[in-house]
Amino acid sequence: MKMVALLGGALLDWIESVGRAGIFLAQSIFRLPVRFKESINLLIKQLYSVGVLSLVIVVVSGAFIGMVLALQGYSILAKFGSEEAVGQLLALALLRELGPVVTALLFAGRAGSSLTAEIGLMKATEQLSSFEMMGVDPLRRVIAPRFIAGVICLPLLSLIFSTTGIIGGLVVSVNWLGVHDGAFWSLMQQSVYFDTDIVNGFIKAVCFSIAVTWIAVYQGYECVPTSEGIGKATTRTVVLGSLAILALDFVLTAAMFGDF
Amino acid sequence: MRSKRTELFVGSFILLGILAFVYLAVQVSGLAFTDKKDTYQIVARFDDIGGLSNRAKVTIAGVTIGSVESITLDKELYMGLVTMNIDSDVNNIPTDSSIAILTSGLLGEKYLGLSIGADDEMLTDGGEIFDTQSALVLETLISQFLFKAGDSEK
Repeated sequence: MKMVALLGGALLDWIESVGRAGIFLAQSIFRLPVRFKESINLLIKQLYSVGVLSLVIVVVSGAFIGMVLALQGYSILAKFGSEEAVGQLLALALLRELGPVVTALLFAGRAGSSLTAEIGLMKATEQLSSFEMMGVDPLRRVIAPRFIAGVICLPLLSLIFSTTGIIGGLVVSVNWLGVHDGAFWSLMQQSVYFDTDIVNGFIKAVCFSIAVTWIAVYQGYECVPTSEGIGKATTRTVVLGSLAILALDFVLTAAMFGDF
Repeated sequence: MRSKRTELFVGSFILLGILAFVYLAVQVSGLAFTDKKDTYQIVARFDDIGGLSNRAKVTIAGVTIGSVESITLDKELYMGLVTMNIDSDVNNIPTDSSIAILTSGLLGEKYLGLSIGADDEMLTDGGEIFDTQSALVLETLISQFLFKAGDSEK
């Protein structure tokens, strides 16, 4: 009986926290800064720290993942004498799955954790409450630009990831393993469709960006304002964010590509 | 001064993202920005479409001249009804041409191959090709071969 009560209580707590997160998100989006000039400046600063600073890790890992895919794909496809299809394999894998998913996972680790830690530290040092004292809404001034910057950056990073991956794979398979480059491109262009592959991958990245950034800013805003609490909240951001990405990816893949 | 540099970095980041998008669209998916070509539709009925899918190409002498628009079941004849879009510059397909479902390579995709007939009348929009040759289904082929082998032993 006690177990049931505990379980029910945990469920209620969880539903409550989801509701709080939803209200929090709605409030921070619908109360954007009033003055346009100021809001753009805040947004640009966040775009820099969330997007530009994540660029290096995304480009480097994209290139390496493309290169590894090309190597592995080549070694298997060469057994069937169809090593030209490595371009097709590379492009489909990167555009449909690896691009959005790996970028989002890297983004959760690189940008999401820093967002949580930054907001958590602001809370611990009572900067958020002093904003309120000054009559500035912290949701509007601190949370909204960070959330929007995250939602803008992740899809762009995912596109950059796929592109560097394909270029990395091209270098390995064409320049190193000697795949014919005309066949590489033509097979790729034959099998990749703009609307089903590129656009669907982009939609995936947008969904992941909303989920990850939402989790990151919410965890930072709701954390226990101690050094231990900030540490826990940062861990939770990465763990919950990664799980949310993988679960969402399954649902989205089933909806987009499930019919063939 | 510092905020100018930040703006520069953010601007180039966003440009890089857009460039990546254009690169993927043009180079990887081979998206052409020209208008959709004018096409006309013809249909053909097959006994067995055997794995032909939408968007499969339609060829003459190996050159792509169109694509499969839809595949449905003709409920009265119990045959597969394939509708194709053919480029309108290819407007000289004789009405007695024949069409076959072919496979590119051993494991490749299915496509349609047109063999040109000799009639003076040409196919127009909504026309039908009557001389069709179904896909080769491996099981049927093997069972025919086995029956033949059994016959010759007697």
